[in-house]
Formats: sequence, C-alpha cells, structure tokens
Amino acid sequence: MAKYRCPGCDYTYDEAQGDTHEGYPPGTAFDALPEEFTCPDCAVRYKEDFELQEV
Amino acid sequence: MSTTYVMDHPEQGRIEYTDKKRYLWMSSLTMPLFPLLGIALYFAFDSQWMLVIPLLFNYLIVPFLDYAFGSDENNPPEAIVPQLEQDTYYRLLTWLTVPMHFVVLIAIAWFVGTQSLTLWSVIALALTAGSYSGLGINTAHELGHKKPELERLLAKIVLAVPAYGHFCIEHNRGHHRDVATPEDPASSRMGESIYAFVLREIPGAAKRGWAVEKERLSRLGKSEWSIHNDILQSYAISAVLQGGLIFAFGWIMIPFLAIHNFFAWFQLTSANYIEHYGLLRQKEASGRYERCQPHHSWNANYIFSNILLFHLERHSDHHANPTRRYQSLRNFDDIPQLPNGYYGMYILAYIPWLWYKVMDKRVLELPHINGDLSKVNIDPAKRDEIYAKFGGGEHAALAG
Repeated sequence: MAKYRCPGCDYTYDEAQGDTHEGYPPGTAFDALPEEFTCPDCAVRYKEDFELQEV
Repeated sequence: MSTTYVMDHPEQGRIEYTDKKRYLWMSSLTMPLFPLLGIALYFAFDSQWMLVIPLLFNYLIVPFLDYAFGSDENNPPEAIVPQLEQDTYYRLLTWLTVPMHFVVLIAIAWFVGTQSLTLWSVIALALTAGSYSGLGINTAHELGHKKPELERLLAKIVLAVPAYGHFCIEHNRGHHRDVATPEDPASSRMGESIYAFVLREIPGAAKRGWAVEKERLSRLGKSEWSIHNDILQSYAISAVLQGGLIFAFGWIMIPFLAIHNFFAWFQLTSANYIEHYGLLRQKEASGRYERCQPHHSWNANYIFSNILLFHLERHSDHHANPTRRYQSLRNFDDIPQLPNGYYGMYILAYIPWLWYKVMDKRVLELPHINGDLSKVNIDPAKRDEIYAKFGGGEHAALAG
C-alpha cells in the first residue's frame, strides 16, 4: 500500500486508509481513483500531479 | 505574547518577521458593532434616518479609508509561513465571529419585529443585516478551506445564517477547479454586467455544488436526500433559525429575510464578479486547462478592506494555495491589481458602463494578455461588440 502526496497542499492519499469522507474505502488503490480526481483539500492539483511517497 | 517569528534558514540564514497586523485582525470581533450601530443611534436620536449609517459606512467610508490608508506593505517571508499557520491565535478569531453572525441577525430581526418602522427602514435593516451575513460567507470561505474537521463544521454553521449552505462545497471543489474558464459560473466575463452575472452565478453555483455533493454521496452508496448531505445539514440549520424568526416576529420576517438572504448572496456575487473579470486560463495540448496562475485573479492590497475581509483581496496567493490561512497570504508586485479595495470596486461594478471604462482597459493591458482578445474570457453575447471596439485598434497593434 502506497501513499501519494499533493504537491500543493500536502494532502496525502494513503491507499490503506482510503478517504472515506470522499467515498473511497480503505484499500482503494490510487490507480483506481477516477481520472478526473482532484485533491480533496485544495482542488487545484490533478491526479497526475500527485507524488508517490513510499512503497 | 511574542509577535516576532524567527527561523534559521539553511541557505538564507536567520529570518525574522514581525506581524504588524497581528492585533489589527481583532477588529473582526468589533464588526458586529457596525450593523448594530444604526439601531443604537436610532434609539439615541429617535430618527429612522440613523438606520442607513451602517450601509454608508460600507460603501462610502470603507472605499475612502482604503484610499486614505493605502496599500499594505506587510508580507510574511515564505519560510515563516509554517510558523504563522500554526499560531492558533489567528484561527481563534475566525471561530469567534461565527456565533456573532447569529446574534446580529436575531438582534436586527427582533428590532424589525418589535418597533413600528417605515418600509424603507425595514429595507435598510434587511440590507444591513445582509451585508454582515455576507461577511459571514467570507468567514465561511476562510474556514471551509481549512483541513481540520472543526473548521469545516463551523463553516457549515455560519453559512446557515444567510441560507447558503452549498457555498463551501461549490467553491472549493467547483470554483477552484474551474476558475477563470468559460465553464465557471463564478468567474465573470468581459462585457458581462454584474446584473447578467448574478443570474448565471447564483443558480450555476447552486447546481454545481449540488452535483459535486451528489457525486460524493453516490460513491458512498448514499442518497443525496439523506442526513449525510453536507448541504442539507446547513440548510436544516437555516430552516430552524429563519423559521424560528418568522414564528417569533411574524410575517414581516418573510420579506425581511428574503432581502437579507439575497443581499448576503449578492455580496458574494460582487466579490466573485471582480475577482476574475475577463481573466482566462489557456487550454493545454492535453485538453486540460493550464493550472491557475497568479495572473488569473484580481487583487487589491489595501490594508483597510483586507482587514475587514481576512485578506480575501490577496486573491492570487489564495488560488495558488487555497488551504493557506488568511494571516499568511502574500502580495506580489507583478499580479493584476484593482484600483481600489473590494468595497470600492463593488460600487463601480454596480454602474456597468463605468466598470467597463475602468476595467476593460486594465484587462487588455495585463502583460500576459497584451491586447490579445483570444486570451480574454469574453461574454459570447458581447463578442462582436468587444472585437469591434478593441480588436482593430491600438491593442491589436500591441498584440501583433
């Protein structure tokens, strides 16, 4: 399970935790997020902008 | 309480910053006195004319004080921003303003419901209450962008006062994504008057906010017509508050609250109108719009109205860093600047021909536009007119 970080606001998408408020249950892979995914906190960084944190 | 922040930067050496505005931000706590001032003066002088004083303050005195006090030279160094962000003093001020919005609306409603007033006085009071609740939308804006759950909850609560519960969702997830594009109902186009804009902005924002929330809830497998809907939660508080006022003070509350709500929303419309007028992000080869740049927002760096609005007028930095707290927002030299603070610009916007006269030229003179109309967000209904006016003249020559 990896973590992906928004380079703009430091929001971190942790695959192990998902983002339940947004409707992504724990274990949802980053790749499985919709293509139009934007950062849930700042909304100004797209999915492809996210940086892989750790593997 | 120390107000100087120090940092030993690995490359730049020792950086010190004193926030000279630290205690000025406390004036947000005195803001409720202005809408209530008219009522106090009414009792003191026994004249209903006193009730228009708070509105005069907004639209005549604030623009004058922006002119008189001028621009704000305070700019925190980037390296100090993390320390400023962590200082809880600042966030406490935004939290404390939330209950005041309830108190002021209830107090003015009580006054309207219990005194015998002329129609004009009721309208003046509804507008006064609405303009203070408009400031509440501004506070919700500051709170709703933050990550802590508590602040998002407070945003939802304060938005209930003007019954605008969809704002934070629509703004954070809609406006920030689509800003300065023709698709954004909350970005105004060149040639579009504020009166045309409001008819596109208010319904467009409500629709987009609802769509964004519906999509989130559908991922959760929940109906949008459920208690989980953040928008409906805020509307429910509005129904209790405003329903309670109608119950307590009678039918007069219906027109009073209608004017109050609309005028609060219109404060936001006014801000949206002037914040991105004519500015346009370009489409990249991928089909996405370029990322929002500092030159996609209009700024005003006047100290007085910035204190009133929690630095909303440092708008380019806000769009670059939407989660950044108000105390850390920065001004830059080479970004689009308005000739007065937001309140002064609102007055200008309400007189469309004057607005176009002042602003269209400013849009075209921006370095990244340099007279090139293809880089301007233009109202399709006014396209021919604008090309006829600016397309073949001096500005076209500049672009060539």
